[in-house]
Amino acid sequence: MKSLVKRGLMFAGALVLAAAVAGCGSSGQKAADGQKFAGQTIRFVASNHTYTDAIKPLIPEFEKKTGIKVNMESYFEDQLTQKLTVEFTSKSSTIDVFMTRPLQEGRLFTKNNWYQPLNTYLSDSQKTPADWKWNDFQKSAVDATTLKGNVYAVPIVTEWQTLFYRKDLFEQAGLTPPKTLEELEAAAKKLHNPSAGMYGIVSRGQRGAAVTQFSSYLYGHGGDFLKDGKCVLDSPQAVQAIQYYGRILHDYGPPGVTNMSWPQAQALMASGKVAMWTDASTLLPGLLDPQKSKVADKVGLAMFPAGPAGQHPFMVVPWAVAVSNQSKNKDAAWEFVKWMSSEEVMKKAQLAGNTTTRNAIWSAQAVLAKLHPGMADIAKQTGGIAVPYDRPVMTAVVEARDAIGDVIVKSIESGGKADIASLAKEATAKVNELLSKSGELSQ
Amino acid sequence: MNRYIERNISWLFPLPAAIFILSMMAFPITYTVWVSLTDWSMASSGSVKFIGLQNYIDLFSDDRFYNSVKLTIYFTVLAVGVETVLGVAIALILNREFQGKGLVKGILLLPMVATPVAIGLAWTLFYEPTIGLGNYALQLLGMAPSKWLASNTAVIPSLALVDIWEWTPMVTLIVLAGLASLPNEPYEAALVDGASEWQIFRYITLPLLFPTIMIAVVLRGIDAFKTFDIIYTMTAGGPGFASETLNIYAYNLAFGYFKFGAASSALVALLALVLGSSLIVLWIRRSWEQ
Repeated sequence: MKSLVKRGLMFAGALVLAAAVAGCGSSGQKAADGQKFAGQTIRFVASNHTYTDAIKPLIPEFEKKTGIKVNMESYFEDQLTQKLTVEFTSKSSTIDVFMTRPLQEGRLFTKNNWYQPLNTYLSDSQKTPADWKWNDFQKSAVDATTLKGNVYAVPIVTEWQTLFYRKDLFEQAGLTPPKTLEELEAAAKKLHNPSAGMYGIVSRGQRGAAVTQFSSYLYGHGGDFLKDGKCVLDSPQAVQAIQYYGRILHDYGPPGVTNMSWPQAQALMASGKVAMWTDASTLLPGLLDPQKSKVADKVGLAMFPAGPAGQHPFMVVPWAVAVSNQSKNKDAAWEFVKWMSSEEVMKKAQLAGNTTTRNAIWSAQAVLAKLHPGMADIAKQTGGIAVPYDRPVMTAVVEARDAIGDVIVKSIESGGKADIASLAKEATAKVNELLSKSGELSQ
Repeated sequence: MNRYIERNISWLFPLPAAIFILSMMAFPITYTVWVSLTDWSMASSGSVKFIGLQNYIDLFSDDRFYNSVKLTIYFTVLAVGVETVLGVAIALILNREFQGKGLVKGILLLPMVATPVAIGLAWTLFYEPTIGLGNYALQLLGMAPSKWLASNTAVIPSLALVDIWEWTPMVTLIVLAGLASLPNEPYEAALVDGASEWQIFRYITLPLLFPTIMIAVVLRGIDAFKTFDIIYTMTAGGPGFASETLNIYAYNLAFGYFKFGAASSALVALLALVLGSSLIVLWIRRSWEQ
């Protein structure tokens, strides 16, 4: 009796299954195409970024279109790196898609095989249809997320060093935006008036954080972090750049600059306490938001000035989006990555204040008309002359930034008057040691 | 069943405690010591290798390590020293009868209840040199403005001030409990002999209270040695490395540079430091009692 019931149930089950399969075949190819991964759930770990803010409300559209459920969580950048590292190290991560910083994490994560290599996905027309237009991405941006010919992430935003300045103060003082670092210093001196609560210039002074925003000053003086696989921070040009950076921030900067990363600097600029600020272009929206900024209608944008060795601001890909190598739903994850970096979504992100990586967006009149005056021009001009990195590109980048940042801090504290040459020499030795440990030092 | 428990009671009852100690203390410490003998790092090539004492050799030739040990001791001595003096003084005041005593006690405990990260953020605003309240207060007192957290000489005292603000009440609480348990007889005898208030405090209260104060010092000292939250939220070890205490240094090694082996060796050093200084304080207490 028992076995009869069992057999009956099994038969019924088989019938249902057959019906389901048949149903699939007959209900048309179209639904199956869009909903290939319906029912799957992916976990997306993001950074707190204006791009994330822009796409978050759009995710339900993606879920409706594909039937893939997206669980999203977001963290500040340093916490994000830690979160990813700890989860990936445990080898039991459930992360499917994550945002990543190519210059900061690219080498480390590649070394540990935490990125799903994307070449096979990009070349497969089943997985990546031509109308997604991979070839529309800026070449320099794609280069930034390619290591030894292998694309490990899709670049989504770019940023470059720029000069934010107070149009009203410049007008009152009869100044025009500085074209050279010499003029920058002169303008900072002229506008610096601490007794009235106005400081000439601010830029990052916090140990590790300062390194990226110092980089354009370094390149402008003719220096660099690494050259031919060795650290060259002790070159006379680099020493000069460190002294210059220390001097202007010490003499014409706000007190406490050695404890400032971008949030503190941005807060000072937004509260109308400083006349100029050099930092990443992506920080503009915070200055233009009248709710957060007292100077929303007074912020001007200019190209980063030229140094003695020419005009060399950095332009980098701060964020890209990657598929985890440990993911169990890689195909669904790739669907999400494609959607997140599609022209349609990217256009919306750009209108929300991001500077994105697709060429088509930078030539769309509807988008350009809505940008801050000068933004599109500066982006174009900077792109033509930019250096594609803003830190020493190496595996132990965090430790190297701390060593270099310490010299910058000491230069700011002393107004560039400390023995920068020997401090730079020590930092150089330290960075070379790190390069050697990870097998990246060339002899 | 009952008989089984009856017979094995000698090891059944301590079992939960034993499991707790093994899994929550013995295992993590042993594991940390083991990791500290390997070259486990995300940034170097190859697999994890046993390298003996190399991490410790590196550590003891590292300027940042000595700097961090120095800062840790400076921070701890400064914070715990002031907390002890202030805490005992406040406890003595609160030990007297006065109107609104309950209310004062309640208010006094508030800093201890607040979240450290929130405290750190609030004090960071207070210390902000341009727009913060700290320099405004100095100005009202006719003093020169300070750079607070951004000055490499003022940063540790500034951080210690936050710790003092937050944890003095704990010393007060412990000392209050000690005061409540003091016998009355010595005081009555002293009064009869015509001792002054100061003499009573110096020769009766303080000696009787000393063991309690030492306990407060040990508890606060251990906490102060491994302070992390307020330093991390307020300076992250800056400016430069001027507030990078041992715990922050170990954190940077582990979660900044992903050198887990080196970080573990720094943590073992921290453990040795905490253990060593606690033993010294306890030894002082014991030799006082004898």
